[in-house]
Amino acid sequence: MANVTMRVWRGDASGGDFESYTLEQNEGEVVLDVIHRIQATDAPDLACRWNCKAGKCGSCSAEINGKPSLMCMTRVDELPEGPITVTPMRTFPIIRDLVTDVSFNFAMAAKVPALLPPPMPEGGYRMFQEDVARGQEFRKCIECFLCQDVCHVIRDHEDNKAHYAGPRFFIRYAELEMHPLDTNDRRDLIREEMGLGYCNITKCCTEVCPEHIKITDNAIIPLKERVVDAHYDPIAWLGRKIRRREKKSATDAAVQPAP
Amino acid sequence: MTSPYEHHDYDVLIIGAGGAGLRAAIEAKQRGLRVAIITKSLLGKAHTVMAEGGMAAAMGNVYEEDNWKVHFRDTMRGGKMLNNYRMAELHAKESPERVLELEQWGALFDRTKDGKILQRDFGGHRYARLAHVGDRTGLELIRTLQQKVVSMGTDVFMECKVLRLVHDESGAIAGCVAYWRPSGEFVTFAAKAVILATGGVGKSWKFTSNSWESTGDGHAMALWAGANLIDMECIQFHPTGMVWPLSVRGLLVTEGVRGDGGVLRNSEGQRFMFNYVADMFRAETAESEDEGDRWYDDHTAGRRPPELLPRDEVARAINAEVKAGRGSPHGGVFLDIASRRTPEFIRRRLPSMYHQFMELAGVDITRESMEIGPTCHYIMGGVKVDAETTATSVPGLFAAGEVAAGLHGANRLGGNSLSDLVVFGRRAGMGAADYIEGGAGPSGFDLAEVQLAVKDALAPFENEDGENPYDVQRDLQEMMQANVGIIRTGSEINFAIEALGEFAERVRNLSVKGGRAYNPGWNLATDLPSMITVSRCTALGAAQRKESRGGHTRDDFPKADAEYGKVNFAHSLANGAFDGAITTERSALLSMPAELAQLLEEGK
Repeated sequence: MANVTMRVWRGDASGGDFESYTLEQNEGEVVLDVIHRIQATDAPDLACRWNCKAGKCGSCSAEINGKPSLMCMTRVDELPEGPITVTPMRTFPIIRDLVTDVSFNFAMAAKVPALLPPPMPEGGYRMFQEDVARGQEFRKCIECFLCQDVCHVIRDHEDNKAHYAGPRFFIRYAELEMHPLDTNDRRDLIREEMGLGYCNITKCCTEVCPEHIKITDNAIIPLKERVVDAHYDPIAWLGRKIRRREKKSATDAAVQPAP
Repeated sequence: MTSPYEHHDYDVLIIGAGGAGLRAAIEAKQRGLRVAIITKSLLGKAHTVMAEGGMAAAMGNVYEEDNWKVHFRDTMRGGKMLNNYRMAELHAKESPERVLELEQWGALFDRTKDGKILQRDFGGHRYARLAHVGDRTGLELIRTLQQKVVSMGTDVFMECKVLRLVHDESGAIAGCVAYWRPSGEFVTFAAKAVILATGGVGKSWKFTSNSWESTGDGHAMALWAGANLIDMECIQFHPTGMVWPLSVRGLLVTEGVRGDGGVLRNSEGQRFMFNYVADMFRAETAESEDEGDRWYDDHTAGRRPPELLPRDEVARAINAEVKAGRGSPHGGVFLDIASRRTPEFIRRRLPSMYHQFMELAGVDITRESMEIGPTCHYIMGGVKVDAETTATSVPGLFAAGEVAAGLHGANRLGGNSLSDLVVFGRRAGMGAADYIEGGAGPSGFDLAEVQLAVKDALAPFENEDGENPYDVQRDLQEMMQANVGIIRTGSEINFAIEALGEFAERVRNLSVKGGRAYNPGWNLATDLPSMITVSRCTALGAAQRKESRGGHTRDDFPKADAEYGKVNFAHSLANGAFDGAITTERSALLSMPAELAQLLEEGK
């Protein structure tokens, strides 16, 4: 087969530059395979994260030809001909080469108020597939943080990180808000401290999600409706209260012990 | 003592942030102890995320007839009776509660029509028993536990690689020494108890479903610290790994494909598994395709199809078909669900498999067969532990999950790993907490051990003309795959034992380029000693066990031997060095109470 040339950004917080590596191309390879072969031969100190190599752990996030992608799920033969450019995620501080400091995300995770279910009845909770399906979509998230990387609210405005949770955590909040058992109320927190209002639904996050989660349509927009409307619109607020009560009663029904 | 490095002090230190480590942390934290988790990767990336099919628990939500006794029986028979019976008993009894508890913490399992947790069929389980979320159950488990751990405010040290355990003057565990991968700086941790939850060893084989992390660090550190390893020859080769393209060879294809109706065919289109039903499983296995097909809809209308025999049986059969020249173009066999289920069913039940094959192999599994073959997946062997407390023979050292041995005997049933993690992860947290509350704890912290570990770790930087760690790793993987793989023979095992001596010398002569900050070559250099130690134990156990049983198949001793069924092979190491002399001795299995032995006879 033909050769593949990869231009990989090498450096650290103090700066860096592209380095080119040309290797023989193997059938069916993904970008991460080529990076691994560079590590095993020319550059054993080339830093990148990876774990499962199957699109399930979300470790090997990078920007391939400028597009936020998982290196393990991007096939070399599906990229346009010519050199492939691999750079670290731009939104997060560089540690080394393709590895960035993603601690922003772990700090945001620590701020999420946990699920607060009613006490579990004997035999377990009863929930129905159609009620858990919405949350299950968001729980497919592999925490690759590509949605965080692409989101211009923090990609272009570093200072927004102090008060903006980002798409990954909006789906987490949406999941909890839609959870059939949850009794915690996070709406003020989401509006006041998590910066949901900064999102102007450009759907970039949905486009890069390797799990194909409809982040904007299924999580952010419904969350905006719940949070923003509940705050500003007294009728929506009232409707919200009533729906809330319905949810609560549905929850009560769901926790009846099994017959 | 004063550590010359960044130093932390905790009650309980947990090494590893997969399911077992996280569940242990929750338990210890609930007891009011100061708990820290150390992980080589970021939080939430551990190998647990790769588990697909589900977690086994006899909840009886789909088949009321199911109960812990049947689960116990299935686990023991699947393990070819080499199991620690007490672990199998505790696991079968406690796993339903552990599954329900996950829902209190936010897990969302697939449901039955009446709103209970849905359970699916898997190999070796008599009833549909695996609680699951599509084919991404491991992700659900790790995310649930991770979110619980975070909400409790547990300290997590990410991308921090532990090099060695540290003792006190009496030989009790006092902590460990590690380094930060981002900076390359060393760090020491003092603790009253340490729980190993480091997972498996698969990275020492060429074709594996395991990630770079599975280098046997916990296995090796336990042995170096004075604990015993048992059953190290028992390695599970999962029957269905991808075989093409080469870059994804070994990647896991969930057993759920077969649980949901998929069948195995050879190049002649034959469902060959009917030719490979061992006597032990004949009475419970279908005799015809019709009978097997009836079983999927109603387990009383027929017996289970042979594609759902335990994994060791299926992997050996695939291997034999390929050897007989009836394999697929790339050296596997065909796994076919396309001709048996609708595209909608396949996409709903197996969404990750659909995407994995579509994106990585260009194969549409709703229209075409998958090419699959055995892949190194799991080690049944590991640290010898007490069933109730997970304590090892070294005071203050506990182990849970894949790094511990006993529950699975010679072969693990699919679905029993995720439940193992939460059942024994919790017990490890309890065991460590009881140990500390009982007043036990180290006196001192042996800095000499710290200095030795640091010196060994830095040696490759001072060696200018040594070998590239990647070359040594590649050769090791090829050697282990060729000589201590799925089918073994005495001469090849002995060759491997010899060769591992040479590999140890090569590991003493590594060179590393570049600096210490996030240097994967250096990281690998610090993983290789563990890989050598565990590979040596596997080869030594394989040489001694002159029979075939579960995840240990000898071409020269193809039958199980009742005498070997009474013993584990236990490894110990005198001097703490990764290339030190290992002693391998027989150690008798626990004898089972009569009422449990009785269960194993039922429905044979």
